[in-house]
Amino acid sequence: MSTSSLPSPAAAQAAAQAAAEDQRKMHVVVVGHVDHGKSTFVGRLLNDTDSLPNGKIEQVRKNCAAEGMEFEYAFLLDALIEEQEQNITIDTTRIFFRTTQRAYAIIDAPGHKEFLKNMVTGAASASAALLLIDAKEGVMDQSRRHAFLLSLLGVKQLVVLVNKMDLVQHSQETYEKIRTEYTAFLKSLGLNAVHFIPIAAKHGENIVNRSAKMAWWTGPTVTEALDTFKHEDDLTGLPLRLPVSDIYRFDHRRIVAGRVEAGAIRPGDDLIFQPGGRRSTVRTFEDWPGPESRSVVGTGGSASVTLSEQIFVERGQVASHPSNQPRVGREFRARIFWLGKEPLVPKKTYKLRLLTQNVEAVIARIEKITDASTLESIQADSVPRDSICEVVVRTTHPVAFDLHHECAITGRFALEEAGRIHGGGIILDARKEQSAREGKVTAAERGARSGHAPAVLWFTGLSGSGKSTIAELVERRLFDAGRQVFRVDGDDLRTALNRDLGFSAADRAESVRRASAVAGLFANAGHISLVTLIAPLAADRAKARAALSNHAFIEVFVDAPLDVCEQRDVKGLYAKARRGEIAEFTGISSPYEAPESPEVHIRTDKLTTDQAVDLVLDALDKVLRSKAEDWEV
Amino acid sequence: MSRNAQNDHLTRLEQTSIHVFREAFANFRSVCMPWSMGKDSNVLIWLARKAFCGKIPFPLLHIDTTYEFPEMYEFREKAKAIHGIDLIVRVNEDAIRRGIGYATHDPVTVTHELKTVPFKAAIDEFKWDALVTGIRRDEDPTRAKERWFSPRSAEGVWDYKDQPPEFWGQFASVAPEGGHVRVQPLLEWTELDIWEYIRRENIPNPTLYFARDGKRFRSLGCHPITHPVDSPASNIDEVIEELKLTKVSERAGRAQDHVGRNSMQELRAKGFM
Repeated sequence: MSTSSLPSPAAAQAAAQAAAEDQRKMHVVVVGHVDHGKSTFVGRLLNDTDSLPNGKIEQVRKNCAAEGMEFEYAFLLDALIEEQEQNITIDTTRIFFRTTQRAYAIIDAPGHKEFLKNMVTGAASASAALLLIDAKEGVMDQSRRHAFLLSLLGVKQLVVLVNKMDLVQHSQETYEKIRTEYTAFLKSLGLNAVHFIPIAAKHGENIVNRSAKMAWWTGPTVTEALDTFKHEDDLTGLPLRLPVSDIYRFDHRRIVAGRVEAGAIRPGDDLIFQPGGRRSTVRTFEDWPGPESRSVVGTGGSASVTLSEQIFVERGQVASHPSNQPRVGREFRARIFWLGKEPLVPKKTYKLRLLTQNVEAVIARIEKITDASTLESIQADSVPRDSICEVVVRTTHPVAFDLHHECAITGRFALEEAGRIHGGGIILDARKEQSAREGKVTAAERGARSGHAPAVLWFTGLSGSGKSTIAELVERRLFDAGRQVFRVDGDDLRTALNRDLGFSAADRAESVRRASAVAGLFANAGHISLVTLIAPLAADRAKARAALSNHAFIEVFVDAPLDVCEQRDVKGLYAKARRGEIAEFTGISSPYEAPESPEVHIRTDKLTTDQAVDLVLDALDKVLRSKAEDWEV
Repeated sequence: MSRNAQNDHLTRLEQTSIHVFREAFANFRSVCMPWSMGKDSNVLIWLARKAFCGKIPFPLLHIDTTYEFPEMYEFREKAKAIHGIDLIVRVNEDAIRRGIGYATHDPVTVTHELKTVPFKAAIDEFKWDALVTGIRRDEDPTRAKERWFSPRSAEGVWDYKDQPPEFWGQFASVAPEGGHVRVQPLLEWTELDIWEYIRRENIPNPTLYFARDGKRFRSLGCHPITHPVDSPASNIDEVIEELKLTKVSERAGRAQDHVGRNSMQELRAKGFM
């Protein structure tokens, strides 16, 4: 065995690598239930690793003395007055410290229930987590909720600190009980704690220095455990994902600016920009100050790219290599954590932000709401604050994304309302056809864009019964609710498409056929079409219904007694018919066969117009709901 | 240093800051960058030029208290030319006429009158909806709670008790009605990072940071209330070596921080950076 003091080349290389690693700060988040001792722990950690500025501890001791308070390590962090008064940490505090091995940025995330959004902020930027559990109080709501969020945010390296061991006489039995219970819980989330370390933060036991009072503990101290954590995975090996942040045209150059979120990019690379699908080649990187630019930009690097072709590119698009593109679609299943004061509700429009994409989105369907503390399902129509749900998300415009398990960074998004982020989600799966959007546009795709299934509402009734009045109001209500809707009016048809038709039985049959064909086209285009036509003969209407059988069909019988219609005689037609000026006028000189079983029967003499409109909308709503399953995920 | 070494610590900080600059510029209608001419501010200029491929596409603002060190005025003109800066300079002439000054008033009052007041007036005048600041989390505990994008109300107040969540690179993208958003690209940098980056990139800085007669400035403000610290560090290498060992806080020489227990917090709640 060599006793030489000269390191071997391999050892020298390892040392150099360790030195490079040391340059990178490890971001660690500290979470756990309120009052389980997070701030005290961090204060003590800073003290015991000798990471406090000179005079800091004396200053805080002096301040405490001045206010007649007992000194606590937590005060080192709780720098704001309010916090000291409330005795809780209100926001993520980022503190730097170093062990003998490397530098850390530690985030003292709060545990108070109201401040979950702050914990999320802290944890989202952490590579690893320390979760504190009070040995005396045991596993509490927030202990579970925080673990759930960590699993959602993708923090995989976790050490559980069983704190305040001094309050349970340093009992190994108590420690083991908590470890067993909490391990089972973590397992249900797919999480695994690297260690459960028994500590007493207040007295600095097992943080840097081993505790003499817990000789039974042979595992690592907190700093020893921290030093085993690895940095987040390097994503440079993944397919390229370069979201476009902006296009700069400050001088003669046209520069596509963005940060490489995964993979790497080089001059000469062929690129495709999604959504949109335009292609070009990387001509140069425009790095300042030059004179040379980088030969490759890897994950995390900001790129300034000029392209060989002047193609249309805009913020939000994601550049990738054509051989390995993200999915493009308007609908996916997601698991969301919701932090908004107002609950997350279906059908309401939110802003969905995914990388630099910003589109409007609605929750099409809530599949499951989970109480993050108990993991039990909640039955509700909306998602309350601080809970977690699985939903179908639908966007107004196509977005480029990956599934979270394929590429986490492009498989997650934030939901915003009025400029403020209220929640985040990870994409679990998306409909297959969305990854290959080529060929014929399907009815399902049209339905997905309208946000509803198509339908035909067929209004029949005597002239003057109120068909158009009700249909116009129904159209207005649907239109205002964001539905794709169009009214096919019998009178309008007569002035153009049906100009060649009279009122004979044969012409009436043809008129109904044409009206149903037009309504069918609109329905095929994804619309709800409203037909208002007297269509007096049951046989003609039956044919129309048959012709439109691939769509939801709702017959609305606007039933007003003949004398009432004649009395109204808005267009003066009844008078003309009575005078014999119009031949074959329905109800006067031609029969009206009332529908036997219309989907909606409106007795205009018994209902107000508003009630009639509601009746129609209710029937439509029922049909659309039943149809929705056909094309939703 | 190799331009392709992308995984070292400083490059990671640099690339993240560039991303923050770009997101701010893409998100906001009208961006401005206050410039103190101090080291952090000068690093910001450098990062902005990197982010925007050489030319900073928004103005810089210097709030001139009239108490800057003479060398700082020289540095201002020099840096303006080097970087091609579009510079707006504002002085609270009214306060000066009223005789507000360090000879007669306490530092908190003077800082408020000569910095915060003209700063707010400039924001009102130009209606910026985003201001880029050089705040770092390691400077002061109140700053540790900052976000990359930090909304401020029309009164300039920081509602630190109800900050928006910030995760996965998604920032608060809309300024409050009549207010603005503070954009803070240096949040994760430390004082040591700043100096190591200045050395690596050779970024122009005032020489007041280097020791003369055994004293140097670690942080620069108005000359009557900014005191040099004992240090033999007369060049950048020595400054970096000194910082690796020191445990004296960076702003120890800045009097306005130390008037009362919570003076920094009071200043910041009133709109101080």
